[in-house]
Amino acid sequence: MNFELLFQLLLNGLIVGTLYGVVAMCFVLIYKSTQIVNFAQGEFLLIGAWVCYAFLVEMSMPFWLGFLFTLLFMMAFGIVLQMVVLRPMIGEPIISVIMVTIGLSIFFQAATKWIFGATTATYPQVFETRSLNVLGMQIETAYIMSFVISLFIMAGFYWFFKYSKLGLAMRATAFDQQVAQSLGISVKTVFAMSWAISALVSGVAGIVIGMVNGVSSALSVIGIKVFPAVILGGLDSIVGAIVGGVIIGLLENTAEFVDGQYLHWGNLFSIAPFYVLIIILCIKPYGLFGTKDIERI
Amino acid sequence: MAGFSLRPCGDFRTTYRQDTRIFDTTYIRNAAILGIFAVAMIPFVLDGYYVNLFIQISYFAIAALGLNILVGFTGQISLGHAAFFGFGAFASAWINNTTGIPVLLSIPLAGLMTAAVGMLFGLPAARIKGLYLAIATLAAQFILEDFFARAEWFTGGSYGAAANPINVFGYEIYDDFSFFYVALFFLVVMYLLGTNLMRTRDGRAFVAVRDHYLSAEIMGINLTKYRLMSFAISSFYAGVGGAMYGHYLGFVSAEGFTILLSIQFLGMIIIGGLGSVKGTLMGTVFMVLLPEVMESGVSALSVFEWASSTAVTDGLAYIKEMAIGLAIILFLIFEPDGLAHRWQQIRAYWKLYPFSY
Repeated sequence: MNFELLFQLLLNGLIVGTLYGVVAMCFVLIYKSTQIVNFAQGEFLLIGAWVCYAFLVEMSMPFWLGFLFTLLFMMAFGIVLQMVVLRPMIGEPIISVIMVTIGLSIFFQAATKWIFGATTATYPQVFETRSLNVLGMQIETAYIMSFVISLFIMAGFYWFFKYSKLGLAMRATAFDQQVAQSLGISVKTVFAMSWAISALVSGVAGIVIGMVNGVSSALSVIGIKVFPAVILGGLDSIVGAIVGGVIIGLLENTAEFVDGQYLHWGNLFSIAPFYVLIIILCIKPYGLFGTKDIERI
Repeated sequence: MAGFSLRPCGDFRTTYRQDTRIFDTTYIRNAAILGIFAVAMIPFVLDGYYVNLFIQISYFAIAALGLNILVGFTGQISLGHAAFFGFGAFASAWINNTTGIPVLLSIPLAGLMTAAVGMLFGLPAARIKGLYLAIATLAAQFILEDFFARAEWFTGGSYGAAANPINVFGYEIYDDFSFFYVALFFLVVMYLLGTNLMRTRDGRAFVAVRDHYLSAEIMGINLTKYRLMSFAISSFYAGVGGAMYGHYLGFVSAEGFTILLSIQFLGMIIIGGLGSVKGTLMGTVFMVLLPEVMESGVSALSVFEWASSTAVTDGLAYIKEMAIGLAIILFLIFEPDGLAHRWQQIRAYWKLYPFSY
């Protein structure tokens, strides 16, 4: 048994897993406050990464400025999307809501391919050194940076929902829309802001992954990988999203290890999360931290 | 059928039998029969391009009807329909290649095999619904896609599988002209079966499960049974459609059955109208014709500078994809009941003109 490889893969899993956790958190944020399942989450990453690429390469801005503009763009994008497309869907049956986000997903995927091309693009070099030595192992700087950014975002979310006024308003809306509205919270603003924040944070995740792997339409696959993570953690639990993301990241890399060392089946790592997904749905559909629905007639 | 009908004055129903007829009035029935004959004339009148389009419409329409039975009538959501469609294509080719059963018989057999697989992936549906089911079927899509690429004994792996042409009583069907009639036959039979299903106890049970599953259960409808049955019937349709697709092309490759096709199937039934058999056909026609119309539209506009630029001509595939997504979004926002509803309105307008209230 190759322990060094296993350890390296597990570390990768942890780093990728925290990124999954961040994207899953954005997904849960939208689901929790607006009851919309966002199948276009992966496209948010894609758009964020491509827009940042456009700012950096086509307009040759310095990194911090391009990054800042991307954040602003993503925020506006989220708000506009919510107002134009999702607001008319309030109160529609779940199939319509799912289909609208799926429609958005294909639309944006095709649009980015059309505008930016289908080939992988790389960002200009941001860091001086390619890799650092941590505990005797070579880790890419971008990986470490992505890990730090993920932790930073998570801490930010914690602060936001615990102390900021808007975050508290969002939690109140998620808990009971009518009561929140009667207490003077603008539910419309909360809906728009939750999409804005989700788009913004997903955009950051997209840029981070784009730095490591390059920008291509493969980024949107993350949006689908989020589902196992979210279901595992429970659909309406932010903590669950993080835990689920990390577990799925670790699982993927463990599957890759087992596959590479023993089974030699090929792409087991990309399909393993979906088997887990089916099993969880059969055993414990509300996930580890999710609240169980109780229905009345 | 569902919704308000436009019966002539004095045409009253006195028995349940009359009330549940497939065709509401004799006129509609005659029109439908005439319509089928008119369609059967297509290969004599129009050229091969349209015949090919009709064949595409027919196999997609069969699979889409299956999805509408599942989504529109039973209220379950499936994002993995393309995988079942693909499974049917591979299954029919496999049955025909290994056992030598004639293709005409292997198509329904493939449907049954797909139904079994559909039930397997429908098992979680016994416990979950709505969004969770959507995600479970999404997983089914990826798992089956992976299976297609992996199971070489069944699908030929990455090389794909060869599918023999249909053989009717020793007469081999290899060109579009004769396949057209096979496709028409299957289309009519499957649509009659589908419409009929909705008149039976099982069909009404589906609708009851969709409208309020708890009330349905209280009324003595076995939820697990009917959910699984709905998955099985839906997969059967997908399997038959897929098998026709396979035998039409003569070759099945693992790449064709992606999530995008699943979404297109959902788009067909949403654009056509959820819970409408007639709408399914309309939606399929819309979805198949949309890219074709766009292509001819772009070439017609090529006199203008922008339409003949490389951005448009090279990106046409992406523009078509965008159009599919956009069509789904626009229909959901502006016409959530689909083309079937619009058709109903147009008919009501003409029927009641000029007093349309």
